Amino acid sequence: MKTDNQRAWFLVLPVLVLVAFSAVIPLMTVVNYSVQDTFGNNQFFWAGLEWFKTQLESERMWDALWRQLAFSGIILAIEVPLGVFVALNMPKKGVWASVVLVLMSLPLLIPWNVVGTIWQIFGRSDIGLLGYTLDSLGIDYNYTQGFYAAWVTVIAMDVWHWTSLVALLAYAGLQSIPDAYYQAARIDQASRWAVFRYIELPKMRGVLTIAILLRFMDSFKIYTEPFVLTGGGPGNSTTFLSIDLVKMALGQFDLGPAAAFSLMYFLVIMVISYVFYIVMTNLDKEDGK
Amino acid sequence: MAKITLQSLAHTYLDEPQSPEDFALQELNHDWNDGEAYALLGPSGCGKSTLLNIISGLLIPSHGRVLFDGKDVTDLPTADRNIAQVFQFPVVYDTMTVRENLAFPLRNRGLPASEVQDRVSRVGDMIGMTDVLDRRAAGLTADAKQKISLGRGMVRDDVNALLFDEPLTVIDPHMKWELRTQLKKLHRDFGHTMIYVTHDQTEALTFADKVVVMYDGRVVQMGTPVELFERPAHTFVGYFIGSPGMNVFDARIDGSKAQIAGTRFDLKTGYKLNGGSTKIGVRPENIRLGDHGLPARVKRVEDVGRHKIVRLDLGGQEVAAVAGEGAQIPSGGTHVQFVEGGVNVYENDWRVPPADGEPPLEQNTKDAA
Repeated sequence: MKTDNQRAWFLVLPVLVLVAFSAVIPLMTVVNYSVQDTFGNNQFFWAGLEWFKTQLESERMWDALWRQLAFSGIILAIEVPLGVFVALNMPKKGVWASVVLVLMSLPLLIPWNVVGTIWQIFGRSDIGLLGYTLDSLGIDYNYTQGFYAAWVTVIAMDVWHWTSLVALLAYAGLQSIPDAYYQAARIDQASRWAVFRYIELPKMRGVLTIAILLRFMDSFKIYTEPFVLTGGGPGNSTTFLSIDLVKMALGQFDLGPAAAFSLMYFLVIMVISYVFYIVMTNLDKEDGK
Repeated sequence: MAKITLQSLAHTYLDEPQSPEDFALQELNHDWNDGEAYALLGPSGCGKSTLLNIISGLLIPSHGRVLFDGKDVTDLPTADRNIAQVFQFPVVYDTMTVRENLAFPLRNRGLPASEVQDRVSRVGDMIGMTDVLDRRAAGLTADAKQKISLGRGMVRDDVNALLFDEPLTVIDPHMKWELRTQLKKLHRDFGHTMIYVTHDQTEALTFADKVVVMYDGRVVQMGTPVELFERPAHTFVGYFIGSPGMNVFDARIDGSKAQIAGTRFDLKTGYKLNGGSTKIGVRPENIRLGDHGLPARVKRVEDVGRHKIVRLDLGGQEVAAVAGEGAQIPSGGTHVQFVEGGVNVYENDWRVPPADGEPPLEQNTKDAA
C-alpha cells in the first residue's frame, strides 16, 4: 500500500534540528564573520576573502601550524610505539589484568585542565617533584623560561595523558588473537620478533588505525593542557593553533581574521584525517587480494 | 616420523588433585605406531584435546612421560618436538603469500634459500596449491587456509607427527568430504604418523586406520572401525558410534539364557559374569521385526531415504531398529528378534566376551557411516 503523506519528516526533524543547532548554525556564523569586518558597535562591513588572504600571508599562522604539526608528529611517534609496547607487556588474564586495566585508564579520566595543573606543579623547581629533582641534579630545567624545557614538558604531559588510550586499544586488538596463532607460531619456531611482525601487528592494524586517527585529531586541536601549563610560552614557543586562535579571537577581538583562521584550521584537520583514513583502508584492501 | 609412546600419562589442571574426578585425563598407556593414521574420537570435554596438546607439547602433563621413538620429550617445548598441528580455526600468516607461509617454518630454522624453494614447491604440489602460491593467504577460503597450515607442517620432511584438532569444524559441508579424502591420500602417499581429533564419528571412521574412543577422560576402546561397530567395548562406544546408536537393554543373564522385560531368550553362547549389573547391547541394524521373539510396540517410523528407522517400545524401554526401505512395518504390536552374532553382553558397562571365545569378525559388515 502506498501512503501519500509527509509524516516521515517528523521522524527526521529532531535530528535535523539537533545538527543545525550543534554544528551547522555555529559554523555558518563563523563563515559569516570570516567575510566581514567590524569596528565595534555591531557594525559590519563586507570584506570578501580579505581575511583568508591576510591569514595565508601571516607568518604567525604558519609558525603556529608548523609548531602544531611538529607536536602531533612527535607525540604520535612516541605514543603509538610506546602504547603497543605497553599493551604487549600487559597481563592477558587474571586479577592483574583487571588491576592494570584500571590503572591504565586513570589518566584518561582526569579532566584536561587538571592534567595541566598537575604538570604545572610537578615541574616547579620549588615544590614539584620533577622540577625539584632535576634542579638538585644540576639540570637547568624551567618550563616557563626555556624553549626545550617547555616542549619536553608539554610532550611528556601528553604522553602521560594519552598513551593509555593507544595501549588499551592495542590491548583489545591483542586479546582478539586466538591462542592457536601463538601455538602455530611455536610449532613453526617463529622468533618473538616474527610473532610480533606477522601475527600481532597485522591483527592490531585495525585498532591502531583508529588509535592514530583519534590521537592525531585530538593532538591537532590541543588547547587546555598547554594553555594551563605554559600559556603558550615562553614567547610563542608552545602557542599551538588553537591557543593562537583564542588569543586572536578573544584576546585581540579580531573576529574576522580569527574566523577565517578557524575555517582553514578545520579544513586542515579534515583533509589530513581523510588522507590518513584513505591510506590506511587502502592498505587493508591490498591485503585482501 | 616416529613412534609415540605414552607412559602412565595423566593430566590434571588442579594443583592438588584429590580424586580421579579431578583429572582431565585419566592414567593411560598407549603406543601410536609409526606411520599410522589414528582418530581420537569423543564428545566435547572428554579430554581428547588435552591429550593432543600433551603430545604436541603445548601442555606439559602433570603425570607420566611422553616418548618419541623411545626418547623422553615430556619437558621439551613444542618447537623442539618437530611436530605439526592443524587447528580448529585456520591459522595463516595474513600478510604473507601462500609461498611465504609455507616457507616460514623453514626460514625460521635457517635453511638455505634454494632448499626452501625446492621444498615449498614440492609441498605446494602435494596440497594442490601450486597455482595460488603467490596469492596472499588472507583472501583464501577456509579450506584452502587449512591446507596451508597442513602444508606448513609437511614442509619439514623430518616431522615426527601431524596432529589435527577438529580441522574441519569451519569448513563448508561439501568441502569437508573432499579435504578428508585428500588427507587420507596424503597419508597413503607419504606415510606420516597422523593423529586426528574429532567428535564426528563419520570423520573418525573414514579417516583412520585405528580409532581411539575417549569418554570422561579415559580411553574406552581402540580399534578398527569394524571392531568399534561390531564389538563396542563399553556401552558408551555402542551408543556414540552408529546412527542411531546401539540399543542397550537392562537384562538378567544366567549362563546362556537372558531375560529382557520379562521375556526369556537364548543367547546361544555362555558368559562368565561376576554379579555386576548386566546389560545387552544390540545395534539397530541387528534387530528384525517379525512374529517371533520379544513383544514390542511400534511407536513411530522415520524414513531417512536409504532405510527406515523404526522406534519401538519394548517393556518400557525405547528401541530403534533399521528396516529396509521397502519393508512393511506393522502399526501396533509386533515382535523383535536379534540377529545371531549381533548381541553384545555388558557387565557394569564393560563388554564381556563369550566364554567359548570370539567368533571371527566379518570384515564385510555394514559400514558404520
